[in-house]
Amino acid sequence: MIATLLTVCRKEIIETLRERRAIVSLLFGLLLGPAVFAVLINVVVKQNVSAAEEPLSIVILGSERAPNLVAFLKARNIRDVGRAEFTDLDGAAAAVAAGRNDLVLVIDERYDDDFGTEQAARVTLILDRSKNRTTSRAQRVRGAVDAYSQQIGTLRLVATGSSPALLRPLVLDEYDVSTPAGRSALLLGVLTYFLLFATLSGGLHLAIDSTAGERERKSLEPLLTLPVSRNAVLFGKMTATLFFMLVSLDLTLAAFKFSLARMPLDQLGMSSSFDFRAAVLAFAVIAPIAPLGAALMTLIASFSKTYREAQTYLTFVLLVPTMPVMFASMLNVEPAQKLMWIPSLSQHLLVTMLIKGQPLVPSYVALSAGSSLALGAAVAWLATRLYQREAILG
Amino acid sequence: MIEVDGLHKQFGAVRALNGVSFRAGDGKITGLLGPNGAGKSTCLRILATVIKPDSGTARIGGLELTRDSLRARRSLGVLPHSSGLYQNLTARENILYYGRLHGLSDADLKRRTDALLERLDLGAIADRRAKGFSQGERTKVALARSLIHDPQHLLLDEPTNGLDVMATRHLREWLRELRAQGRCVLLSSHVMQEVEALVDELVIIAAGRVTLTGTPGGLAERFPGKSLEEIFVEAVSAAGGAAAA
Repeated sequence: MIATLLTVCRKEIIETLRERRAIVSLLFGLLLGPAVFAVLINVVVKQNVSAAEEPLSIVILGSERAPNLVAFLKARNIRDVGRAEFTDLDGAAAAVAAGRNDLVLVIDERYDDDFGTEQAARVTLILDRSKNRTTSRAQRVRGAVDAYSQQIGTLRLVATGSSPALLRPLVLDEYDVSTPAGRSALLLGVLTYFLLFATLSGGLHLAIDSTAGERERKSLEPLLTLPVSRNAVLFGKMTATLFFMLVSLDLTLAAFKFSLARMPLDQLGMSSSFDFRAAVLAFAVIAPIAPLGAALMTLIASFSKTYREAQTYLTFVLLVPTMPVMFASMLNVEPAQKLMWIPSLSQHLLVTMLIKGQPLVPSYVALSAGSSLALGAAVAWLATRLYQREAILG
Repeated sequence: MIEVDGLHKQFGAVRALNGVSFRAGDGKITGLLGPNGAGKSTCLRILATVIKPDSGTARIGGLELTRDSLRARRSLGVLPHSSGLYQNLTARENILYYGRLHGLSDADLKRRTDALLERLDLGAIADRRAKGFSQGERTKVALARSLIHDPQHLLLDEPTNGLDVMATRHLREWLRELRAQGRCVLLSSHVMQEVEALVDELVIIAAGRVTLTGTPGGLAERFPGKSLEEIFVEAVSAAGGAAAA
């Protein structure tokens, strides 16, 4: 029985390794996860962290009238591009309306005169609010001009001997209680999604090829005339599928470990200490779902008459385990003992704990592995029942 | 020795076998002859132990198939209708795979594989992948594969299908050689000319029943003045089956 199983398993692995299509899609799946994740992280980091510091170039009309204001803006990374094709407010408004310019700051002609007196000196910001990008930029310019105005006002009050607090009877402070790890929950969901997806898709080709494919090519029937039990043959195929799933998981973890070390995760408050130990633990946590996946795919592929038909069904199977992950990351579900019975959700929650640097609860790990393996055994048993039927020959 | 008694098999509404009985002796080539859909393949699939009859018995080497299928398979080689080779394995690997599943020792396996590759003139393509093989090459490799465990009984489902003249001649030669070794060879065909020079016993089957049996010589004596082809057509028509030859 064991010898048969190993012979079948070995042959299926060799055959798959020679199938270029299977290997290319396997590698593609491996690279896709970390690549998408890297792009996602960088986009989020850019949005959250560096938007305020990004250099912003605008046209400042009449900059020579307010050198100090221009210098203040420059210190805040808002630069005057210098040249302009218009010379007055109306020309500037026309240019912005036509979309030739994003933002124009017009220093009033009487700015210099007014600045020295008790008159308020005027600057005008010309913008097009219907443009998304402009709004946040205008906010920056507005904020900078306000800050300059406040600074000058404060200096003037101090010079007259009054307290600057006179101008600010109320102060509003904001206190954000969300933790950085909580904010990154969606990102973590994507990470475990890719790990689960890579695991299952790693065995996809073999599960189909060794069952529906073997029947389609008419090699199943002679195989079943050999003096070996059908269960041994079936388990050999499942073991080979399992092998590719684990290899796929292993390689994906290695790719993530490599790419996570190069991502600015700490800026998002995520632990970037996805070290070797964490990777090994993540493997141990996710691996128990692989037998379930292998058995389920083999069972469903065995119902299908052709490779293509099986492929269609199994694409849905690939989606099933990712549903709980999606909901969990959107609803920010916290790990709890009662959730550890649910395959894929439990793996997601445990891996999330790992990445956050939280200690794993042994009973959680045991429950998660136990339920996944038990369900896998049940599905494998169903598959053996199916293989005893004559209809399996199609 | 292959013994078939009163086999019935029904697939849904289709009655494939309706009480088929015959014997195929050792040291003989027996031809199971009939038009398409007569039940030849169903009969061979029951003998190959991949499907079970609804009623009736089939024995191979004295072993009742529904009870002793694993043991019976040890003395059984099957050449299926389509070769069923693994495209990504070489000719040699295809043969080795079956040998291992038959539980042969490594030394035995190597010796027998080499001998079969040589006897079937497969040396040139032994280590090429089966993907690009011609029909004749596929049949040869599949035949070598079915003989790897030195089976006493050999089942061939329409072995000459798709073969050219030379390949057909070679196949006949090997089958005679297997007969000379005392093996029991049972093959199916729907073309009388292909088998009349080869077989020792004819079992003509139509509409799920055996309509005529005998040696080619014996049948020629029983129906004087008629060719085997004409005898075949009459036997098939009498059963109400479609004449296909």
